[in-house]
Amino acid sequence: MTTVKTGIAAELIPIYIMGKRYLVPEALTIMKAIEYAGYQFIRGCGCRGGVCGACSTVFRREGDYKIYSGLACQTVVEPNMHLAQIPFYPALRRPYDYAAAVADGAIVAQLYPEVFRCVACNACTKICPMDVQVMDYIGALKRGDLALAASISFDCIQCGLCASRCMAEIPQYHVAQLARRLYGGKLAPRAEHLAAMVGRISSGAYRALLGELKTMSAKQLREVYTGRQMEPAMTDESWRPDENVGL
Amino acid sequence: MKISYYPGCTLKSKARNFEDSALASLAALGFEVTELERWNCCGALFSLTTDDLLHQLAPVRVLIRAQQAGAGKVTTLCSQCYNTLARANRLMREDEEKRNTLNQFMTEEPDYHGQVEVVHFLQLLRDEIGWERIRAALKRPLTGLKVAPFYGCMLLRPKEVGIDSPVKPSILMDFIAALGATPTDFAAAEECCGAYQVLAAPEAGLKRTRRVVEAARASGVDALVLSCPLCEYNIGKQQQELAAPGGALPVFYFSQLLAVALGAAEESCRFDLNAAGARELLEERGLIAAAARK
Repeated sequence: MTTVKTGIAAELIPIYIMGKRYLVPEALTIMKAIEYAGYQFIRGCGCRGGVCGACSTVFRREGDYKIYSGLACQTVVEPNMHLAQIPFYPALRRPYDYAAAVADGAIVAQLYPEVFRCVACNACTKICPMDVQVMDYIGALKRGDLALAASISFDCIQCGLCASRCMAEIPQYHVAQLARRLYGGKLAPRAEHLAAMVGRISSGAYRALLGELKTMSAKQLREVYTGRQMEPAMTDESWRPDENVGL
Repeated sequence: MKISYYPGCTLKSKARNFEDSALASLAALGFEVTELERWNCCGALFSLTTDDLLHQLAPVRVLIRAQQAGAGKVTTLCSQCYNTLARANRLMREDEEKRNTLNQFMTEEPDYHGQVEVVHFLQLLRDEIGWERIRAALKRPLTGLKVAPFYGCMLLRPKEVGIDSPVKPSILMDFIAALGATPTDFAAAEECCGAYQVLAAPEAGLKRTRRVVEAARASGVDALVLSCPLCEYNIGKQQQELAAPGGALPVFYFSQLLAVALGAAEESCRFDLNAAGARELLEERGLIAAAARK
C-alpha cells in the first residue's frame, strides 16, 4: 500500500476510479474522493445523505473477486478499492392506471411477467446497498403477496443495482414500488385518526387558536414555543401532555 | 406433533381451496402446523438437464430455509413442489460434486447436505397419523360417494421420490376408503394430465383431459381427487372446453374431501375456486349445506 504524508491530517491512499489510479485523502466518502480526484457530478448525485439512492457505487477490494456495493455519499474509501458509479439503470417501468388497478398478484404477473423468470440466484440481494432481501420480495410477488413484498422492500431507495445484476432481467425495484403503491393505497388499513383530525381541522375547530397565534408578537411566540411541555427522553407510548389545547 | 410446512406459490393464490382445507383438516386432527418463515418458489419443475445447476438453486434454498428453521422434515401439499424439492434433496444427498458446486455458489447460505426430509401431506396422513386415526375422527363419512384417485405424474414418478408404487399405487385409494367413501379405480389414474401442453399445444392438452374424464366416467365415478394444481386445472377447469355429455365431472383436492369428512368449517374448502359441479355434488348428497343461490 502506498501512503503519502501531506500537510493535512489525513493520509493519502490510492483508489482506482474506472480503472485509473488516484491518491485521495483517507476517511473521505467515495463521493468526496471522486470530487477530490477532479470529477464533477452533474447527475448521479442527490441528497448526499444516504436517502435518495442516486449515487450507487459498485466496487471491488484488492485481490477479492466479489463485487460490493454502497452509496458513494455514505461509503468511506478503502486503500486500493476499484470502483465505478452506476448513476442510472435503464430498467423498464411499465405504466398502468392506478385508479383502475386491482391490488392483487395478477397485476404483477400482467405488468411484469419477467418476475416469474427468477431462479433464486440471490444476486439482487447480495448487491443491495440497503441490505433489502430483494429475492425474498420477488418470491412474495410470485405468490401474489403484495403486503409482504411492500414490507420487505420498505427500505428500497430505487438505485437499480438489483436489476443490474439480475440474469432474469427483472426490474425488481420498479415491481416493488408497484407493490408498495398498491398496498399503501388500496390494501393497508386506513389511519382513522388521521381522517378524524383532518375532519376537525376542516370543521374549523382550530381556527380560533390559529387566530390567536397570528396576533402574537415574535417574543410571545418564542415564549409559547420554548415553554411548551416536552415529551421526556425516556418514555413509552402512554405518555400524554398535561394540556393539549392544540390537539 | 408439530409439522413444518412449505406451501408453494400456487397454494397462496389460485389454489387456496387446497391449502385452507388441508390446514383446517390438520387442525381438526389436532396437529400444529408451522409455515416456514422464509421461503421462495420451489422452482416449479425439476430440471432434467444434468448440468443445469442454476435451476437447482430455488429448491435447494427452500431446503436450506427448512434446515435453518430447525425442521427435520418439511411437508408439502402440491405434488409439483413435492417432486421438485424431493429430487433436489436427493441430488444434494447423493451427488457430491454438484452439492459442492451449489454450496460454493451460495456462499451467503449455510452448507446443505440433504439433512432435511421432504414429505408429502399424504405420506404424513398414511405414515404418521394413520388411516385408523382419521377414520375415528370422521364427523361426516362420505358414505355412498364413488371417488376415484387421480395421481398424475408427480406423486409417483420417478420411483426414487414416489410416495407409492409407480405402477400400482394404493395411497389415495386407502385415503378415500378412510373417509368412508367408495374408492373406485379407473384406467387413467396414473396418467399425465397434459401438464404445460395447455400453453404450448392446447389441443394435445385437451386430448389428455378428455381421456381422463371419459375413463373416469366409464368407471362410474362421482368425482376425482387429486393433489396438484396443474392437474386440477387440466382435468377440472379445462372440462369447460370439452362440452362433455353428462355435464362436468367434479374434481376435488383430496384435502377438501378430508375437511368435509372431518367436519371442518366449510369456508375452509373454498368450493368457489373449484370448477363447476364440485360443490353441487356434495350438496346433492347432503354432505354440505346447500348454499344460498344468488
